[in-house]
Amino acid sequence: MPGVNDTMVVNGVSIDDSFAEAFPMAGTAIQITAINEKWALEAARSMTGFATSVIACGCEGGVDRLLAPDETRDGRPGVRVLFFSFDAGGLEKQVTTRLGQCILTSPTSACYADLDAEATIDLGSAIRYFADGWQISKKFEDKHFWRMPVMEGEFLCEAKTGVTTDGVGGGNLLLMAGTTAQALAASEAAIEAMRRVPDVIMPFPGGIVRSGSKVGGKYKGMMASTNDAYCPTLKGVTKSELGPEIGSVLEIVIDGLSSAAVADAMRVGIKAVTDLGPQEGALRIGAGNYGGNLGPHHFHLKDLLP
Amino acid sequence: MTGLTFRKKAEPEERLDLSPLVPAQLAGLSAADIAGLKVGTSRLGVTVGDIFEVSGDDPATIRFEGGSPRFDRIGEAMEAGEIFVQGDAGMRLGRMLKGGRIVVSGSAGDHAGSAMEGGVVRIAGNAGDRLGGPLAGEMMGQKGGTLIVGGNAGARAGDRMRRGVISIAGDAGPDAGSRMIAGTLIIQGRAAGTPGRLMKRGTLFLCGGVEHLAPTFLDNGPADILILSVMSRTFAAGEVGSVPFGRQPMRRYGGDTAVLGLGEIFLPL
Repeated sequence: MPGVNDTMVVNGVSIDDSFAEAFPMAGTAIQITAINEKWALEAARSMTGFATSVIACGCEGGVDRLLAPDETRDGRPGVRVLFFSFDAGGLEKQVTTRLGQCILTSPTSACYADLDAEATIDLGSAIRYFADGWQISKKFEDKHFWRMPVMEGEFLCEAKTGVTTDGVGGGNLLLMAGTTAQALAASEAAIEAMRRVPDVIMPFPGGIVRSGSKVGGKYKGMMASTNDAYCPTLKGVTKSELGPEIGSVLEIVIDGLSSAAVADAMRVGIKAVTDLGPQEGALRIGAGNYGGNLGPHHFHLKDLLP
Repeated sequence: MTGLTFRKKAEPEERLDLSPLVPAQLAGLSAADIAGLKVGTSRLGVTVGDIFEVSGDDPATIRFEGGSPRFDRIGEAMEAGEIFVQGDAGMRLGRMLKGGRIVVSGSAGDHAGSAMEGGVVRIAGNAGDRLGGPLAGEMMGQKGGTLIVGGNAGARAGDRMRRGVISIAGDAGPDAGSRMIAGTLIIQGRAAGTPGRLMKRGTLFLCGGVEHLAPTFLDNGPADILILSVMSRTFAAGEVGSVPFGRQPMRRYGGDTAVLGLGEIFLPL
């Protein structure tokens, strides 16, 4: 295999001596509640739709975890949602647009801050004018809410939420298997484990990317194009990173509110894949990077072994 | 270091202005300096040492052992620290308070928490008239913080209130929440007179009913809205403590339409 030094093997799964190269991002967390879990999830899914990659979507977002009624501000079922973007300004624009179109509109929903930080971005403060003068500001116990009369009743939204610039985007794992079914099985096992790690999201569909990319391309204006070195159908015609035993590759991209959270998610993901083993899952685990010169966060796989 | 304690020797023969006895003004003063501070309001020139035995050396915590309805202006404009009063307090308790905490085990006179901006004032007994309200000529009453009364309050509690929370466990005298600009006023007992008269914005909870509701408040119907349970849960976990409106259905009245009309009164269904 050209360019790969797979010196580590865990439970029959080869692990590349490589690293994931990740970037600083602005991140935030909000709490969405509703009359039941179904409607909290409907609102959260709507808000985090088309939020897979910051390059084309403006932000990356996803569900961190479900919240039990005793964990939410209003005692109803809820969902914690995370969003990431290049900077706080871009993040605020995306979050408030999605808040107005996906949470305000969703039956029985309410929205609250779920990240304590000195820096903040607007939530309800940005969309309160929808109430056309009937909005009500309520401040008590150091909290600030906006109440907006709507046809269903009243939409309640916290004024602001915290934003951190310690967020990390682009942690990743490449799961290489003999077949697509095996690659998917390994990826699903990893995602199931990684979703239990707090403060991270895997923003692609089901947490999994089938079309990992490289920077740029042969066509003018393309910011990203297919990662031909990991395309199994291009083995032999491109400078491939794949050996003859690899028939399919899937990627998991991880964003987190801290570097430690991303590392934790990668660690449990690697463990889940190695526990599954090469017969049912992946033959090999790798990670994507740009040579180490672009992103300040380097997650070396050898440091994250189970 | 132990907190400064002012032990009352005898009931004063005149009203006292205790506004100098706040942490920022007492910091760095010797016991003799403190004893020499003038607190009288007559020509007699009464000093701290005439009224109190002073002990302790930490002005961040001040304790009055033995209160009096003549102890006026306790904690005025305090920015940080704690004041405990064992007994009653006089007028203008915690007026213009900016931060910190004042706890009174007895009752307080008129204008308690007047125009306070932050911090907490907790009165275990009753409060006099114009709780949190402005003095004559001032445009705004309470601007922030939390004001809690364990007993009843006098007339026009929350007059011209701008922000913050007032909670009255007992009954309120006539016309609570008059001229409210914003903020939250909770009366767990019965409200006398015509509460909320000329309120522009703000929220008035009249959990124990009302003597008379002004015709310029309009019935919005039963209010099954989330802010009630969020407030109830937040208050229960914070300074205010348990309030009844998270558990009982409420009816909302919008007003006062004689002015801006963006305020609200909640009454039990």
